Amino acid sequence: MRVMAQMSMIMNLDKCIGCHTCSVTCKQVWTNRTGVEYVWFNNVETKPGVGYPRRYEDQEKWKGGWQRNKRGRLKLRSGGRIKRLATIFNNPDLPVIDDYYEPWTYDYDMLTKAPLSTESPVARPKSLLTGQNMDIKWSGNWDDNLGGSQETAADDPILATMSEHVKMEFENTFMFYLPRICEHCLNPACVAACPSGAMYKREEDGIVLVDEDGCRGWRMCVSACPYKKVYFNHKTGKAEKCTLCYPLIEQGKPTICSETCVGRLRYLGLMLYDADAVLAQASVENEHDLLDAQRACFLDPFDPEIIAAAKAEGMEDDWILAAQNSPIYKLISEYKVALPLHPEYRTMPMVWYIPPLSPVVDVISTTNNDGEDARTLFAAIDKLRIPVEYLAGLFSAGDVVPVESSLRKLAAMRSYMRDINLGRDRDETIPEAVGMTGTEIEAMYRLLAIAKYEDRYVIPKAHVETARELEELACSLDTDGGPGMGGPTAATAAGPYGKTPGMPLNATVDNYNEMVGKGGERTKPTTPGRVNLLNWTGTGVPDGMFPPKASGSPA
Amino acid sequence: MNPLDILLWVAFPYAAAGVFIVGHLLRYRFDQFGWTSRSSQTYENKWLRWGSPMFHYGILMVFGGHIVGLFIPKPWLEFFGVTEHIYHLGATWLGSVAAVLTIAGLVILLIRRRLVARVKLVTTVMDKVMYLFLAGTIAFGTTATVLYQVLGAGYDYRGSISPWIRSLYGFQPDPSLMSDVPFFFQLHVLCATSLFLLWPFTRLVHVFSAPLGYFVRPYIVYRSRDGHRGAGAVKARRGWEKSELPREKAGSRR
Repeated sequence: MRVMAQMSMIMNLDKCIGCHTCSVTCKQVWTNRTGVEYVWFNNVETKPGVGYPRRYEDQEKWKGGWQRNKRGRLKLRSGGRIKRLATIFNNPDLPVIDDYYEPWTYDYDMLTKAPLSTESPVARPKSLLTGQNMDIKWSGNWDDNLGGSQETAADDPILATMSEHVKMEFENTFMFYLPRICEHCLNPACVAACPSGAMYKREEDGIVLVDEDGCRGWRMCVSACPYKKVYFNHKTGKAEKCTLCYPLIEQGKPTICSETCVGRLRYLGLMLYDADAVLAQASVENEHDLLDAQRACFLDPFDPEIIAAAKAEGMEDDWILAAQNSPIYKLISEYKVALPLHPEYRTMPMVWYIPPLSPVVDVISTTNNDGEDARTLFAAIDKLRIPVEYLAGLFSAGDVVPVESSLRKLAAMRSYMRDINLGRDRDETIPEAVGMTGTEIEAMYRLLAIAKYEDRYVIPKAHVETARELEELACSLDTDGGPGMGGPTAATAAGPYGKTPGMPLNATVDNYNEMVGKGGERTKPTTPGRVNLLNWTGTGVPDGMFPPKASGSPA
Repeated sequence: MNPLDILLWVAFPYAAAGVFIVGHLLRYRFDQFGWTSRSSQTYENKWLRWGSPMFHYGILMVFGGHIVGLFIPKPWLEFFGVTEHIYHLGATWLGSVAAVLTIAGLVILLIRRRLVARVKLVTTVMDKVMYLFLAGTIAFGTTATVLYQVLGAGYDYRGSISPWIRSLYGFQPDPSLMSDVPFFFQLHVLCATSLFLLWPFTRLVHVFSAPLGYFVRPYIVYRSRDGHRGAGAVKARRGWEKSELPREKAGSRR
């Protein structure tokens, strides 16, 4: 057994209002550069819909992810090592930029510089690739809110597997939003396909990254990722992808998409898993077993044996504590309401989703029935095959059982909590019907509905302090004027970091925060309003250095 | 042996080799981020799908042919039973296939680069210079082969050009070997030498990134955030190991 920690995300789809704030803030932070104009590390799709890039879920065409061969072994769907290198001069499965969309801007100058005329000036769209005028025909979310879906939604690869009746009726039946980022898979196909070995999974937190210096632009990762979440920067000739905002995560802060999420629907936390079990579990024969197979890779962070094994791997106590408090562990393993996106790709994705109950509730409401009554809801989940089967196509390889189970738990929470809110007696038969207790339902309600910031994001800081801080203390003679003579000079001492013993600190965001006490929790003194003497510069008497003078009552 | 011969067949090749080697080392050291094939496949794939594999497989065959013709001395091949006649047949027929693939592929790629607006716009000046010398080298080489080997009586470059190249490698340069070589072969050699001189400053560096390591590495790559940290924290840097009881220490190592 090899215990590893994985920073994971869960999105509660019932709360997504499709506002694209996550996409916009992500784009501003990561992809507002030349070469990645068409790239959205985070995008929000309307489902049913064709997605971004178009029809990316159709693996018959794009050959993404893994496949189990006749001998029961996993193979990349796009072929093995020899075929990959043989097709290196032209990747046969690579989406071209038009499968995403041709990026454009507008001729805004025209609006201010056009000469006086009887017609209003127009800002025409100009292609960012050629600079020519262009007709905009598609974009990252062209079918937002089912816009134009009569034309395009029939191309949705999941709808294609469902009956004709569904294809005709879905617009009147249901719609929901699906925000997507990189899945940071346990068994990443992009990493396996990279000929240069430039893509890797971080040992500490499982974040999948591209080494931009090692990438040679062979583009195999782009086609091998079944979620199409690795992108080709057409200006630098290198692959780029969602980084799970690792510079923030390392400081214990949530990703930009989570932080700015209006619906507060994203959860971040650790999952402990057994890295040695991943390959075998990803190779199970029946696609419907893949959900349980992935759950079987996860480890119980409360089990003393697991804790001991994790410590033997060098995991620190605060990380184990974070794994125990992880909202991800609660939603995946305790309440079992979260489900992975397309487990049939066999990459073991680690961004999971709580399927939306709203399509079911909406139907009940339009029939003037009580959308919060447990029995009505349960019956509707059983009866309404269209949303349930569609959700199963997304989250459980077509198996309706886990989707139904998850929806029933959400329905149970809805009606059990209504009784409490209305001051009625608790109906304990409701939680029993879904195999939970009233206490569990209430805890789940707090996590999903109240969703406090500190409950949603349980992110331990990366451990830089031990090694690097030891290095800073490396020579005790390195003080100002000391025999080492490497200490801070008068000039640096006057800087924002003040006068500190030891070697001068590197000016990075995290140690700046540590020093000035902005956001760095560890520098906060345990008593509010008091000064942490460890950070005292030695000059002057700052506020709070001494306790406030007793006002009237004897201290 | 006149000064021009020394300049063309000794000084220039050595200068090109020096720039080639030092240029690659420096670029590898200081420009990892710029070291890429700079693929344009995402812009356009209909022409590239044909042109790129044809050119690349063709040029690999051409490379193989040049290794056999230039670097393996004639007596060695004859020792293995490859007579002049067999060599000539192989060089002509395989060489023709390779040449057709390479030239057709290159023509497709050049037309694409000129006609597809997206691709044309990302073509740098260095790309154009490189294409000029690459196309020139291939054109002169093909012309020489057609003129002297196919239409003419046949020219035994393994008696002049090949020993000259090997004389450069042995640091015993003999420019006299090149002075009587037919004109188009001379042009081919000079053009190729110029290409090698330019090589480290062009996108051609991607040749040295042929990912042969892919055959032997495990599929999933793990890396630590900080070489000596993380799950690898058990492997503390020398001198920074935690204090542990000697017995525990022996037991806890993996």
